[in-house]
Amino acid sequence: MVGKTEPVNGSVKQAVMSSSSSNPSRSDLLTNTFSLKSLKLKTKQQELLIRVSILCLVYILAFITRLFSVLRYESMIHEFDPYFNYRTTLFLTQKGFYEFWNWFDSESWYPLGRIIGGTLYPGLMVTAALIYWTLRLLRFAVHIREVCVLTAPFFASNTTLVAYFFGKEIWDSGAGLVAAALIAICPGYISRSVAGSYDNEGVAIFALLLTFYLFVKAVNTGSLAWALATAFGYFYMVSAWGGYVFIINLIPLYVLVLLITGRYSMRLYVAYNCMYVLGMLLAMQIRFVGFQHVQSGEHMAAMGVFFLMQVFYFLDWVKYMLSDTKMFQDFLRITVTCAVVAGAIALGVGTASGYISPWTGRFYSLLDPTYAKDHIPIIASVSEHQPTAWSSFMFDFHILLFLFPAGLYFCFKRLSDATIFIVMYGLTSMYFAGVMVRLILVATPAVCLISAIAVSATIKNLTLLIRTKSKTALTTSTKGSSGSKASSKASLDQSQPFQKNGAIALLFGAFYLLSRYVSHCTWVTSEAYSSPSIVLAARGAHGRVIFDDYREAYFWLRQNTPPDAKVMSWWDYGYQITAMGNRTVIVDNNTWNNTHIATVGRAMSSYEDEAYEIMRSLDVDYVLVVFGGVTGYSSDDINKFLWMVRIGGGVFPVIKEPDYLVNGEYRVDKGAAPKMLNCLILVCLSCLFIYFCYRYKLSYYRFGELVTEYGKPSGYDRARGVEIGNKDIKLEYLEEAFTTSNWIVRIYKVKPPKNRW
Amino acid sequence: MAKFLLYITLTISLLPFLAVSFSPESPTDRRVLVLLDDFAVKSSHSLFFDSLKSRGFELEFKLADDPNIGLQRYGQYLYDALVLFCPSVERFGGSINVASIADFVDSGHDLIIAADTNASDLIREISTETGVDFDENAAAMVIDHTGYAVSNTDGDHTLIASDDLIKSDAPVLFQGIGHSVNPANSLVLQVLAASPSAYSANPQSKLSNPPSLTGSAISLVSVIQARNNARIVVAGSLSMFSNRFFRSGVQKAGSSTKYQKSGNEEFLTELSKWVFHERGHLKAVNVRHHKVGESDEPAMYRINDDSDYSVEIYEWSGTSWEPYVANDVQLQFYMMSPYVLKTLSTDKKGLYSTSFKVPDVYGVFQFKVEYQRLGYTSLSLSKQIPVRPFRHNEYERFLPAAYPYYGASFSMMAGFFIFTVVHLYSK
Repeated sequence: MVGKTEPVNGSVKQAVMSSSSSNPSRSDLLTNTFSLKSLKLKTKQQELLIRVSILCLVYILAFITRLFSVLRYESMIHEFDPYFNYRTTLFLTQKGFYEFWNWFDSESWYPLGRIIGGTLYPGLMVTAALIYWTLRLLRFAVHIREVCVLTAPFFASNTTLVAYFFGKEIWDSGAGLVAAALIAICPGYISRSVAGSYDNEGVAIFALLLTFYLFVKAVNTGSLAWALATAFGYFYMVSAWGGYVFIINLIPLYVLVLLITGRYSMRLYVAYNCMYVLGMLLAMQIRFVGFQHVQSGEHMAAMGVFFLMQVFYFLDWVKYMLSDTKMFQDFLRITVTCAVVAGAIALGVGTASGYISPWTGRFYSLLDPTYAKDHIPIIASVSEHQPTAWSSFMFDFHILLFLFPAGLYFCFKRLSDATIFIVMYGLTSMYFAGVMVRLILVATPAVCLISAIAVSATIKNLTLLIRTKSKTALTTSTKGSSGSKASSKASLDQSQPFQKNGAIALLFGAFYLLSRYVSHCTWVTSEAYSSPSIVLAARGAHGRVIFDDYREAYFWLRQNTPPDAKVMSWWDYGYQITAMGNRTVIVDNNTWNNTHIATVGRAMSSYEDEAYEIMRSLDVDYVLVVFGGVTGYSSDDINKFLWMVRIGGGVFPVIKEPDYLVNGEYRVDKGAAPKMLNCLILVCLSCLFIYFCYRYKLSYYRFGELVTEYGKPSGYDRARGVEIGNKDIKLEYLEEAFTTSNWIVRIYKVKPPKNRW
Repeated sequence: MAKFLLYITLTISLLPFLAVSFSPESPTDRRVLVLLDDFAVKSSHSLFFDSLKSRGFELEFKLADDPNIGLQRYGQYLYDALVLFCPSVERFGGSINVASIADFVDSGHDLIIAADTNASDLIREISTETGVDFDENAAAMVIDHTGYAVSNTDGDHTLIASDDLIKSDAPVLFQGIGHSVNPANSLVLQVLAASPSAYSANPQSKLSNPPSLTGSAISLVSVIQARNNARIVVAGSLSMFSNRFFRSGVQKAGSSTKYQKSGNEEFLTELSKWVFHERGHLKAVNVRHHKVGESDEPAMYRINDDSDYSVEIYEWSGTSWEPYVANDVQLQFYMMSPYVLKTLSTDKKGLYSTSFKVPDVYGVFQFKVEYQRLGYTSLSLSKQIPVRPFRHNEYERFLPAAYPYYGASFSMMAGFFIFTVVHLYSK
């Protein structure tokens, strides 16, 4: 990091020097330190060489820093959603594009099924398949899984290139290089792009940054070609991730700000209109988006701004035709009023007639952080949808968090169309990052770019100070050739005697901070973001202990159950069961049908006989539960249980959350503290209720016999640190079919109805 | 003549296939284990056993406490059916117990239980497993002061002449313990119920408390058909199977007609035919479905496809499979609830078929035939089939309604082109 930023600024300084003096004389410093005389390169060529080599190094760095998980575990897909992506990619490479496009999947959401082709963003799968086919064409015998595992790191590398060009566009090439280096290792981005994390975001951040870069380029140049490229970049983004809504709202907002601040120009007009019209037409080709692009409330801002642009253009023309300012003012007033009224009426009529759909719950929950908690428990139940804690900002951004305001300062100091864009991108995405943890990802490129401006500008100023000092010293010794400028600077320096030392100290401070950033990023990547989450690791007395229970269970399902068996589990595990276990699931991570999920939640939180009725009606053959009581794995189904109750209760009011709580507290142990004796009955009843509660029974079945920790009673739950209350649990309608070696996954078979009764 | 020969050869060459198509496997039980309290029952109930033997059953008589009896060996069941004519047995010999008898039934075998007054706890327990409860009072008998059979010796009216049957000539004689049917059990059915005036009490003692079982809630003979079509008969009287009851004449009290022969023989013979699957056994074969106009079974349907469904249903007549004729077999096209419910039409040769339009809903459907008729084995056929939506190229390419829009866009393109040319080269 340090070594990278230094020569950048040297070369920039070079350019400044050469531009200040008309003849291209070499810098003394560079000729002294790097003896490039032998290579006989011109300054510009040297600069290019250095820049290209730095970029190459950053490119490689971005790739290899994401390989921790592959080296430590194996080349495998992580988490939950990536398994779906992997499964669909596999299908795409095996059956071809049209089959994929029309794929009706009968294995998920039994018995409803899912039209996969019409309900996903195909960008990621098509990208991976194209890479795969290209490699096959070049006769590399790779497996599609390897391609999928390495797609995200590859695109992270590409993102660094885009960041470089973006930084160059908004500031200078030095800032671009710093931005590339920062984004290559920024934990906020690495969290979603390590090898194996085969998720939409992996390519989407690349597409997002590319679209923004191309748009800024188009605005700066006013060229149709760049605007066209923006439209295609936008199309790629739409095909890759639902986060494209951010683009289609940020860009109109940006245009609106430019219009208000009086920065309207022909360049903007060309860039926006071309991008919007073509981008919209292209986006509508994605089946999942379709007519939403012209019909849903989320996209209306872009359309409104589009019409506003036409009004502006018209007014410009009228202003040009009319010479009288007074008349134009009147005209302006009338036109703007009419346009706004017409727009409002159109929006009102569209919404009232149902042609324009209102904002979705997800969109609301973005704008209002408390919305999801009250109205959509299923969104609130996902951990990555929680509001962000301050610590995770620090964790994911480290020094960038402090450099970000500094960068904003520099941006405001040198305000241009491009810096306004990056400022707006930074501020809006920071807000969204505060609303949801996962959106830190979207903010990361902006934060990196703005911080890069701060780093680059600061270091450039500092080195400039040091260099001019040395130069003045040089000029004084050689009775200088440079004229008044140098002498004026020398006089400036003489007035502040500690400036040089101060600059050097600051420079070292900056390098120290940046090197801390590098070590922090590496540490975070290695420790926090490189675990596959399907294979759990813990530090035991004898080093690292691996719990491979998930795959053990899925493998068991694949090998030991009939091919048409239906497995019921909480929706988190749906994708993995279909992808690895190859069995039909009732619900999965694509949470499009709340009722269906609530039905499963209801089954999970009912008495066993009620649950049996529900399971029979859904033709469930196996029930899969996740239990961390033995290993101390805390994100198991018992800790998720309250969400099942909430989601189930949202649709079926018979399920009431207070029934599962003891004095507003969720607990699984024997319950009452001694001083609560006066309400012991209440406590016992509540506890009993939980004990009979179906899910609870399943997880703790046979657990009472087991001694989990030395010195603790049998049936000691390590995930919650309590001894379980009911150690003798009998199941009537289910029987244990399989329990993995560490008890994390337990599979139960649903018995057929009794033969004689 | 040549034509005739051709037919002959064709028939002969097809004969093996014809034989195979009508499955040679017969559902009727063959090997029956009869457990007795003592071998005297073998001769005193010989008429019943002889009728079974004459219909081809191999009866094996064993004492209930014979230490060598067992239902299975090496995991294979040795018998197809079990007859418990041992009401007083306290403990079976060999490996037989309540659980093994329950397993025997659960693996699809049939059972006849005949209890009697003073039936042992074991017999009661087995009966409870099947869903009927004998009167808890061990000495209780069913007494009917209006529906008794007139006889010279019997004064306590425990010999009942019951004609509460679907189709009966002579009344059926019954003397023994009554039982009640557990209301929670939907599979059990009263075949012979007591008359409304009957009650269950000890005839020797004075009736001090109101009897626990009264009226037609008392079941004399019940049948159960389990979900796996195993059949069970529970009778409260062993003597109703005896030669004495088979032969004796009967005159119901208050009735002037005196029958020379009781209805027991006919009743129990028919009942044994049913319980041993000589009657009322259906099978469904060749479940087929395909799109109209095709013959192969598709792996998936599309919404709004036209589908043909057919199934062949045969009934076992005791010797061969005969076509089953009924007009109430229904097909469901089912996804959580039936989307299509159609009555299948039959060609009177066993083939049931219908055709219908797949609903405009995609999902994983099932072809379901749930045929449950009293006295017949229940048919439960289901076949899973996914229904997919249209593919992208299955929609109409050009909609007539959209022609104005096509026209608009093409005229716009042409107009733009002309405008450009004029604008660029008009000067």
